[in-house]
This record gives sequence, C-alpha cells and structure tokens, in this order.
Amino acid sequence: MPGLSANANRVNDFVVKFANVNGTGSASANSLVMKAIFRMGVPVTGKNYFPSNIQGLPTWYEIRVTRDGYAARATQVDIMVAMNAETYSRDVRELASGGYLIYDSTWPRSSLLQRGDITVIAVPLAKLVNENFDGVRNRILLKNIAYAGVLAALIDVDLEVIAGLLNESYGKKPKLLDSNSKALRLGYDYVKQHLTSPLPLRVEHMDKTRGHIMIDGNTAAGLGCVYAGATVGAWYPITPSTSLMDAFKGFCERYRVDPETGERNFAILQAEDELAAVGMVLGASWNGARAFTPTSGPGISLMNEFVGLAYYAEVPCVIFDVQRVGPSTGMPTRTQQSDLMLCAYASHGDTRHVLLFPANPEECFYLAVQAFDIAERLQTPVFVLSDLDIGMNDWMCPDLQWDDAYRPDRGKILSPEELAGLEKFYRYVDRDDDAITYRTLPGTSTKGAYFTRGSGHNQYGAYTEDSAEYQVVLDRLKRKFANAPKYLPKPVMVGKGGNEVGIVSLGSCDGAIREALDVLGRQKIGVDYLRVKAFPFNSDVEAFLKSHSTIFVVEQNRDAQLKSLLTLETAVEKSKLHSILSYSGFPMTAEPIVSGIRAKLAEAPRLTAVPRKT
Amino acid sequence: MSYINKPKVAHPSLPTNTLGMTRRQYEGSMSTLCAGCGHDSVTASIIEACWGLSMRPEQLVKLSGIGCSSKTTAYFVGGSHGFNSVHGRMPSIASGANAANRRLTYVGVSGDGDSLSIGIGQLVHVIRRNVNMLYLIENNGVYGLTKGQFSASADIGTKAKRGDVNSSPPIDPVLLALTLGATFVARSFSGDKAQLVPLIQAGLRHNGFALIDVLSPCVTFNDHEGSTKSYTFTREHYHPAIEADFVPKAQEIAVDYAEGESIPVSLHDGSRVILRKLDPEYDPTDRTAAYNYIETKLKQNEYVTGLIHINETDSTEFHNLNRTAQAPLNSIPFEKLSPGRGALDKLMGRYR
Repeated sequence: MPGLSANANRVNDFVVKFANVNGTGSASANSLVMKAIFRMGVPVTGKNYFPSNIQGLPTWYEIRVTRDGYAARATQVDIMVAMNAETYSRDVRELASGGYLIYDSTWPRSSLLQRGDITVIAVPLAKLVNENFDGVRNRILLKNIAYAGVLAALIDVDLEVIAGLLNESYGKKPKLLDSNSKALRLGYDYVKQHLTSPLPLRVEHMDKTRGHIMIDGNTAAGLGCVYAGATVGAWYPITPSTSLMDAFKGFCERYRVDPETGERNFAILQAEDELAAVGMVLGASWNGARAFTPTSGPGISLMNEFVGLAYYAEVPCVIFDVQRVGPSTGMPTRTQQSDLMLCAYASHGDTRHVLLFPANPEECFYLAVQAFDIAERLQTPVFVLSDLDIGMNDWMCPDLQWDDAYRPDRGKILSPEELAGLEKFYRYVDRDDDAITYRTLPGTSTKGAYFTRGSGHNQYGAYTEDSAEYQVVLDRLKRKFANAPKYLPKPVMVGKGGNEVGIVSLGSCDGAIREALDVLGRQKIGVDYLRVKAFPFNSDVEAFLKSHSTIFVVEQNRDAQLKSLLTLETAVEKSKLHSILSYSGFPMTAEPIVSGIRAKLAEAPRLTAVPRKT
Repeated sequence: MSYINKPKVAHPSLPTNTLGMTRRQYEGSMSTLCAGCGHDSVTASIIEACWGLSMRPEQLVKLSGIGCSSKTTAYFVGGSHGFNSVHGRMPSIASGANAANRRLTYVGVSGDGDSLSIGIGQLVHVIRRNVNMLYLIENNGVYGLTKGQFSASADIGTKAKRGDVNSSPPIDPVLLALTLGATFVARSFSGDKAQLVPLIQAGLRHNGFALIDVLSPCVTFNDHEGSTKSYTFTREHYHPAIEADFVPKAQEIAVDYAEGESIPVSLHDGSRVILRKLDPEYDPTDRTAAYNYIETKLKQNEYVTGLIHINETDSTEFHNLNRTAQAPLNSIPFEKLSPGRGALDKLMGRYR
C-alpha cells in the first residue's frame, strides 16, 4: 500500500477524523474508540466539530492519539472515516499525504477518489449492517459501531477493552449489548478477513493515562459548583454552556437529595432570559446563598445592566461564560476567546470585573470553587471565562482532588452576635481599611438592615447626590479592585525565565503553546511562557512583561483582546507585544505559534536562543 | 414631599401590637414623593398592615425596581432589608432571594411602567413561577420621574396633562394575572385604606404569588380633568365587588357575616380571609367567572376592586414544586452541601 513506509514511526501518534451526519448516533461510536485508546494507557484528545443543528448537517469528530500527551488539536488528519456523502470530497482533500481513507463501499464512489497519495480502504458497511440487522434507525445506529470495529482492527485497538466499555454502557440491556457487540465484530472481522491489518498507524498499550480521567469542562465546572456549596443555579439555555447546568443538576440529584424525605438542598431556576437569570443570582447571593449562572457571549451582553448593579451595590455573583464565536449570534458551536473585553468592563459607568481563565476541565473544577470564594470575599461579580473547546470536549486530566478540610470563604458577613456588638451598622464603611466592607443578610436583625441600591449612595448606604459622598464609595471600589490580585490565582510560568522572548497567553491556548514550545526547543529557540489565570493582573505578570524584550501574546480572537487588556492595565511598552491570533472557530493548533514566532525572530535573528543578559 | 421630619421619639400612649411595637416602628425614611401622592397612602397601608400582623421587621424583605413607586420601599419598615434593583427586573431578584431563603416574607413594590412595559416579561414569569411574595403595582397610568409620559396602563382616550390623548389600549395587570393563573389577584385604590390594609395582610400571608393592583393617582402628572387615573375619576368609577376582612391566626371571627354573602378562606398559616360579596353574582374562587366579571365591568368604565380571585388550595408554589428543603437553602451547613473527597474519588471511575 502506498504511504506505508512514510508512517512507520507513527505508533500512538496520529489523528483519526470521523465525518458524520449529525443526529445519526455517531457520537457514541466515536467516543467509544477514544475511550478505548485512553484505557489502553495512551493519551488522547477528542474534539467535536458539530453544527448548530439537531439532525442532518455535517459533523466531525477528531481523535488525536498522542503518546506525548499534547492537549491541542493536531494540524493534520491521518485517517479519515468518511461516512458523510455530502462532505465526502472535502474530507478526501483534507487527508494528509500518506493517509488512509475508510469509506462505505456499499455505494461506489470511484469518481471522487482522485488522490494517488492516500490509501483507500473500502468496507461495505451498510451492506454488512443491512444483512444482519432490522429496522431503519437500528441500522443507522449500528453502522456507527461497525465502523468503530473496522477502525479497531485497522489501528489495533484492544477488542477486549472495547468489549469492556460496551459492557459498562449496556450491561443492563442485554439486547443492546448483543447488537452492539455483533456490529463491532462485523466491522472488525471484515477487516481481518479482507484487508491487511493493522496499519502502520496503530495503537500500542502504554501506561500514561493512569490517575487520569477524560472529562469536559462544563461537567467539571458543574461539579465544582456542587463542591463549592452552591445552592441556587439560574440560567437560560444557550450553547455551549447548557451542559454545565445539566451537570450541576445531575450531581445535585445524586448528592443533594435527602434519601428519606426527597427534599432537595438546591434550587435550579430556568429563567425567562439571561437578564432574569443573573437577577436571580444577585437576589440569591444577596440573600446569602452561593449562586451562579452559566451562559455564553450573547447572554453576557444581556446581563450587562445587572452586572453593573452587582459591582456598584457589591453583591457577589458568579458567572460562567463558556465562550463561543461572536459577534452577535456568530457561530454558536465553534470556539473563541472573544468576550474578554466584554466581561472585563461589562456595564455602563466605571466598572471593572474579576475574570478567571481556566485552561482545561481540571481548572474548571478548581476555579469554579475559587470563583465563589473570590466573589464573596470581594463582594463583586466574578466571571469564569471558559470556552466551547474546554467546555464541551473531553480532555485528559489528572484525577480531580478534594481536600475535606476546605471550607468556603463567605467573606465579610456579620453574624447576629457580631452585629449585637456593634454600636451601629453601616454597609459601606471601610472599617478594616482593605476596601472591603461588611454586609449582613436579610433575616438577621433590624440592626443589620440596610437598603441595597444601584443609585448613588454614600458609605452609610443612604441615597446621595453629593459629589464627595459619591466619590468616597467609587474610590474605595477602585482600591478594592486594585487589591483584588491577592485573592486571585497566580499566573503559571513555564520555562526558567532566562529568555528574552516570552509568550503571554490564557485559557485553552495552553495545549497549543506547550506543544509549540517543544517544537521551538528542538530548533534551539528558547521561549518563556506565562499563562495568566486571572484579571486584574498581578505583579508577576508585570514582572514577566518587564523582563522580556519580545513578547508574543497568543489568543483566540481577532482583535487581540488580551493584548489590549495588557496595554491598558499594565505598564508594558506596547511595541514589545506581538499578537499571534487564531479566530477560525476551531481550537488553536501549535502551528501558527511556531511559525509566528519563527517569522518574527527571523526579522531579529539576535533574539534567537539568546538568553537575557542580566 | 413633606418637609417636616417626624421626631423619632414616640408618645408612650401610642398603641402597640403583640410584639409591643408601635406603628411608628414600622415606618421608614421620609418620603421624597410629591405631597398628596397616592403612593404615600399605599406606604401608610403597608405600615398599618405589617403593624397589624405583628410582623418582625427583620423577617420582611422589600424589593423594587425603578420609578416613583419603587422608591417607596425605603419609606416603610426601616428595620427590614431592602433591594432597590434595576428597572423592571425586581421579579428576578425576588425569585432568587426567595429561592435562597423560603422562610422570609417578600414584598415587591412596582409601578405600571416598571411592571407593564420594561418589566412585563419578568412579571409574567414570576407569576408563572408562583414565587411566594406580595407584589404591589402602584398604578397611575404615567411615568412620573420622567415627567408624565403615558404608561402601558393608560386608558384609551385619557388625556395627558399637556393635552395628548392616548390611543393605545391599556394592559390591565389584573386580567393579565388572571390569565396566567395567579392564585391571589386583587385591585384596590390608594384612597381606600380600609379596603387595602386587609388585602395587603392577606396577600402577605398567601402561600404563593399575590398581586394587588393599586390605583394610585399621580397628583403632579395625572390628576387633571380628562384623565382616567385621577382621584376624581377613580372615586367615581371604582366598584367594590368584594370586601376582604383579614382575621389573624387564633383570633375568633367577631363579626357576623350574612349567610351566602360571605366566603371564609383559610390561609396557609392558619389565618383567614372573610370575603364579603357586595355583588351577589360574584364568585372570587372561580377564575373564569372573575375574568369575565372584571372585563365586563371594565367595558362599563368600572374598576372592580377587592379580592378578585383567590385559590388557596393550589400547590404550585415554587418551593412546593421544587421540593426544596424546609430549612432555608442559605442556612444548610456546608458539610451537607459538599459531597467530600470519598464521593469524588468514587466519581472519578465514571470518567475513565
């Protein structure tokens, strides 16, 4: 077969892409393959490129088998499982030279197969399935499992492992288990009888996934909300954040329902819109519950008014923004990091907000918990800026850990006893000189009663139109924001910090950057990397910007929003910052980072691999 | 506004309620509304109602949006927490606050602009959600703070102070609430304290969403001839169909009510409302009949007032449907909320 020798060293290092029609049940077959590889101890990533549609449009799923454990999307496709006639020709085109195309040969497609540099593998899938199963829907579903069997034989996935997975899924439904197992064998046996297998692109057992899980960020964030002790969740359904509330609900039903009485220690409110959703969060937080709302860009746009109220009246509030492609409705099922500016300065008037940037599902879990602590400590809105890639794709992560000694930081809430000891309670007086004032909860005592308002107020909580009184409060809010970094997660530094060239980035760019650093390292290009985990930036960010002469800001939006924030909120010289941007809607790959840095350094060769003079 | 702040010291002979508190202790800060504003009368009725119920001020939560009416939450029960939110969005604040603590008593004060224009979506949904709260609309047909534009409750043909005539049909909050299945719907008039106080008391004690539309004339922008929301017009056209007497828990019914003309309704907490039918044709427990009656009378230019509809047997209150724990969610110890390390370790198996 052509291309064989070129791929001889690709054991546990290749990409399989599935081209499907959405609504046909392909997702379970694709994740079956991914999970089987994971269980063989081989690191893997799964990226779902799906349409904003329920049934009938093209959808793709990409599995990267990565012995080095890279988290990013790969740049090339080595094996294409082309199951969608509509996208067939472009799927063929996308395949890398030397790659393999698997197609359903029940219907001949010879006219479309015009590439001599790939290997075409024909399997009469529909024919096999139709001969063995009845029912239209059943046949459609099982054809997916059959191609999973084909692939398993071709890339040498352990059949025992797949059988184990099927058993876990259908153990209680013997009929389904039988049909799925049979479909799997149909594909597998066909390859074994008619084709040469395995391919040189194949999977071998490793031991690199022990202590790891495959989880998506929305599930991890929903779980984090449960562990943080959140009791009120309010939301309006919006892609790609919906599964966060689904996860929260599922975990609450598992962990928060009294087995005897059926009483629930949580309330989920499906609001009429995002305006109401965030209003409910404010109401609940103001009243002493940990409350949150998951949403995406369009929802944030609607929430702006209330976010300003929460900032000014100092009401804790946790908002998850699972970012998708904007502007406007944009591409709801594609990923981007384009809500940075929107969230950082949301609402009219002088407002600035705390942002947290998880880079993967693991961080979604931990930052979800931390978000509540920060929101209640600072009495302000906190945005957790995830994105569709993190939120909806399965990532390999270390097992989530929990310390039973953790107790939530509820911030400065006066107890009835503390209130009794006060001569008088004033809501916005800076008693501790840390710009954070004390609050009371409704129901505590008449002494703690105060009137919360978004209108001009003085430090005693009373309405004011007096300039000086107004400014006392506004200036304290500014100090509070300036003090915020000490409560926020510190940035992550990769590298010893001795290079002149640095990368500053955030969130889900992380995988692509780490892979790019490896590539550049092999080319003797030394680059330091700082990943911000929170806004406002802390002094480590300032120091990194100061100590590097050429800084690449890597982010997934068109307008270099992180770079804008850096120039606005730090002392960095704008001319030092160079953008590497990806805003295609697909998760970033290492390629533009490597080529971007190489191109820039070619203009200034002195920088290449020259450590900073101290 | 009134320019004389009343002294804080109360006369020792002032009557006290069962908590030993005087009415003065249920007052708030001084009103900044125009002298003679209907809203101030509503405020007085709320104070009277809370005093009469011997409500602990800290057990009351006051919520509002934006507008003249929304300011009034500062003018009653100063010992309660208040939340003056953003325009038309009070219902969502109330929904969240109530979700966090089901034990407190929630009163929202809104206006016709706040509730029937910018906030009608939230009003509709808070009714549908059946949040346990009293929701007062101080309805005057105009935007006061922006100086007299028509609101969505302005009647066809009503004349603005500057002479414009309204041609768009009004949205009637009572008909709206009935349509949506609200379980407590009333209408009253700010000038009829005798009617309004027991309605407020019953609304506070009702288990579920209680709406009272209070016709509350705007003395500055809508009290002239040609206006259908003026004091004169309202007095001439309001039609008390059913009076409500509120009887607190454990108190004997002292008055004799004529057979067939009164309907006693037991409220959730053991108190009762005695509905006295002034119009024998009227049945306030029949939602469809109530709707037809109100609409017919509206066409005759009559505002039917009183407790128009009550359904105390309905069980769709938010926490009932949610099966929320009886203890307020904000009081549940963290140990009961966070599943802990063991559960997490076990859960990890699901993701391998």
